[in-house]
Amino acid sequence: MSADVTKADQAGESAAGRAVGDTTATPSGPPVGGAAPRRDGGLAGFLSGPAGRNAGLVLALVLLVVVGIITAGDRFASPENALTILRLGSVIGVVSVGMTFVISGGGIDLSVGAIVALSSVWATTVATQTMAANIHWIVMVIAALVVGAVCGLVNGVLIAYGRMAPFIATLAMLAAARGLAEIIAKRRTQIIRDRGFIEFFGGSVLGIPVLVIMFAIVAVVGWVLLNRTTFGRRTLAIGGNPEAARLAGIRVQRQTMYLYILLGVACGIAAVMIMARTTTGTSTHGTLYELDAIAAVVIGGTLLSGGRGTIVGTVLGVLIFTTLTNVFTLNNLDTSTQAVAKGAIIVAAVLLQQRVSRTRSG
Amino acid sequence: MTNVVKRFPGVVALGGVDLDVQPGEVHCLLGQNGAGKSTLIKVLAGVHEPNEGTIEWAGEAVTLHHPQAAMDLGVATMYQELDLVEGLPVAENIFLGHEPTRFGFSQRIAARREAARLLARLGHPEISPAAEVGTLSAASCQIVSMARALSRDAQLIIMDEPSAVLDAGEVAQLFRVIREVTDQGVAVVYISHRLEEIREIGDRVTVLKDGKTVATGLDAKSTPTQELIRLMTGRSIEYVFPPKAEVVVDAEPVLRVEGLSRAGEFGSVSFDVRPGEVVGLAGLVGSGRSEVVETIFGARKATSGTVTVDGTVVRGGSVAAAVAAGIGLCPEERKSQALVLGASLASNITLATLPRFSRGGLLDGSAEVEAAEELLESLDVRPRGVHRESRTLSGGNQQKVVLARWLLRGCKVLLLDEPTRGVDVGARSEIYALIRRLTDEGVAVVVVSSEIPEVLGLSNRVLVLADRTVRHEGPADELDEHAVLDIILKGDAA
Repeated sequence: MSADVTKADQAGESAAGRAVGDTTATPSGPPVGGAAPRRDGGLAGFLSGPAGRNAGLVLALVLLVVVGIITAGDRFASPENALTILRLGSVIGVVSVGMTFVISGGGIDLSVGAIVALSSVWATTVATQTMAANIHWIVMVIAALVVGAVCGLVNGVLIAYGRMAPFIATLAMLAAARGLAEIIAKRRTQIIRDRGFIEFFGGSVLGIPVLVIMFAIVAVVGWVLLNRTTFGRRTLAIGGNPEAARLAGIRVQRQTMYLYILLGVACGIAAVMIMARTTTGTSTHGTLYELDAIAAVVIGGTLLSGGRGTIVGTVLGVLIFTTLTNVFTLNNLDTSTQAVAKGAIIVAAVLLQQRVSRTRSG
Repeated sequence: MTNVVKRFPGVVALGGVDLDVQPGEVHCLLGQNGAGKSTLIKVLAGVHEPNEGTIEWAGEAVTLHHPQAAMDLGVATMYQELDLVEGLPVAENIFLGHEPTRFGFSQRIAARREAARLLARLGHPEISPAAEVGTLSAASCQIVSMARALSRDAQLIIMDEPSAVLDAGEVAQLFRVIREVTDQGVAVVYISHRLEEIREIGDRVTVLKDGKTVATGLDAKSTPTQELIRLMTGRSIEYVFPPKAEVVVDAEPVLRVEGLSRAGEFGSVSFDVRPGEVVGLAGLVGSGRSEVVETIFGARKATSGTVTVDGTVVRGGSVAAAVAAGIGLCPEERKSQALVLGASLASNITLATLPRFSRGGLLDGSAEVEAAEELLESLDVRPRGVHRESRTLSGGNQQKVVLARWLLRGCKVLLLDEPTRGVDVGARSEIYALIRRLTDEGVAVVVVSSEIPEVLGLSNRVLVLADRTVRHEGPADELDEHAVLDIILKGDAA
């Protein structure tokens, strides 16, 4: 029954063996929950721990890379291609990091793609671009971030204070935001004329594209925020047991609202990045991002029911999907085949996750 | 069943348990939390498969791979954690898994009629079979759960602490039903922490300790209490309450509750709690006790009235304001209201104190772990380990973790709602001692408990609630259990 090794035991082990200090030495009292945690967990047990889950994702990524090298050879295994993969993954990666917070906090956001579209359109209207030309291209960036934040705020208020189900509230936002984007852009593609903006975000620092650096910064900040701050702890608490969090004095509604604003801002950043990559703003940007982001978060190991989240897992999830796309593209396979493969990966990951949570409750 | 062994990774939950149950008897299982009672009944119910040992049913060895296998044999189980589907009506919950059908269509009318009959038999005809379970009280849910067990025409009914959420009248009703079914030859395995119930309803007693049978087939009526407690604990104590603290009579009250009311729940509750004083709220289930403390805590918004801490009025309806004012609550339902079960002990303990462990929003993990470790040690939480998930602890130890949360914060007022529900004898006296320690430090404590001796033993003063109003307020020394019951039952305001 090696698969039964609980997550607690794994967590204990990974935390420098501190949790192993059990009570076998003291004779009196009920030795309730267990003597020393068993260490002979075996592979399945290891894979169910947090470190093990990430190792599993790394393994999957390595397998994909091997497949890439075998099938596409040098076209795949080149520094340029590696940067291409990273650049492709960085936009959805930023959204996924934000999504990790919302899902860890017990919510869901279906409107991310639409928010990206609306932000990109709003930041590239004639009015905004004229203002940017007169002042600085940073105006476009601010416009994108503000639009994202406001959309997130609306989601957050509806969900936290209006007590709407997150699924419904963000579904409404999905429809409304993309519709608004179409109205504003009149369904036309808006070209960015500001050279400064494109040169800054389209450029590279020490050979690394700015977009990739932005993704890296967002991921690191996200990791610190989730794992090392009171904000992150509160997020996991309201996701794990909102009633307990409320009765411990945590302002659950406010925290919930913050999570959606945070994701909105992440969508604003993603909008800036996609604007830089395509040099346009259009209402078709970010189509189906919600599905890609949720998929990356879930295969990364964040619990869809909330209470547990992992930024590292999310980043690995994004890289797996992006690498998969890249390998398929290099082998001239169509996107439909890609979609099937993606679906299979999601199912496999969720099955694994269910197995883990069954182990924990058993 | 003989010599049943169940191992979980790292834990031997059952290390050789023998149990034999005769038809028509009420067989009581006694044991501290973590002694293996729950695991044992899960083995009987087919939820867990034993690693060793045999289970015999009417003389034949059986293996129960699946709960359905146990049910087919005639074993019905009422779990401690209620296992009802909240969104479904009562009748459909009762017949969940064995709905009356004809030609594959469910017979809703027949199900409702039969459900009504079962509920009436349990003395609760007022529960409508059409009502959604989510809208019922905890006690009513227990009744529905019982009706479900009866609906299966079981030969053996396992009841895991069925009386925990019932009041005295409902327990009497439950016992009447138990006698009725045992007269028909049905066997009942009855688990309870309340010895007096076991005396009343039980025929024989099996005592578990540390996953082993330490005594079996004891006479439920005549085995001395001291003997049973000694078997369960290795010690021979009953409830030992620490001596009560002296309260300075003219001290300014820390907590002052004035005219607190909530429409439909309770009316006009006023009382003061001085530093180091314990005020108990006694009353039956449904008398409004929990509602009162939750309103003081701001988890429910008062219709009228004020709560004052140290002379400052606390903004109503806001938990955050109450916590900021120095109030802490250990709620009635540990698992659903107090603990983040999937999170570590450390993060559960520091949940109300996060800002103290952060600088500019960044958590100081090592300080947090250190503080949590210190508390776990001083409260003797077992098994220790700050990174352990809180779901892996037994009830008593989970309660200590919740207490640790508020100890860490250093409350002025601590509200304890059923602090010892589902807590074994040993951990109980530790929690009592802890309450005493807090009052020595000048904390004002409000205790709610269904167990009247507990309220009387802990409190300096007692408020007796019945029918959602305060019927009596007075020093605990002047009351005994009978007097309190008298007040509740007669409505005598003496």
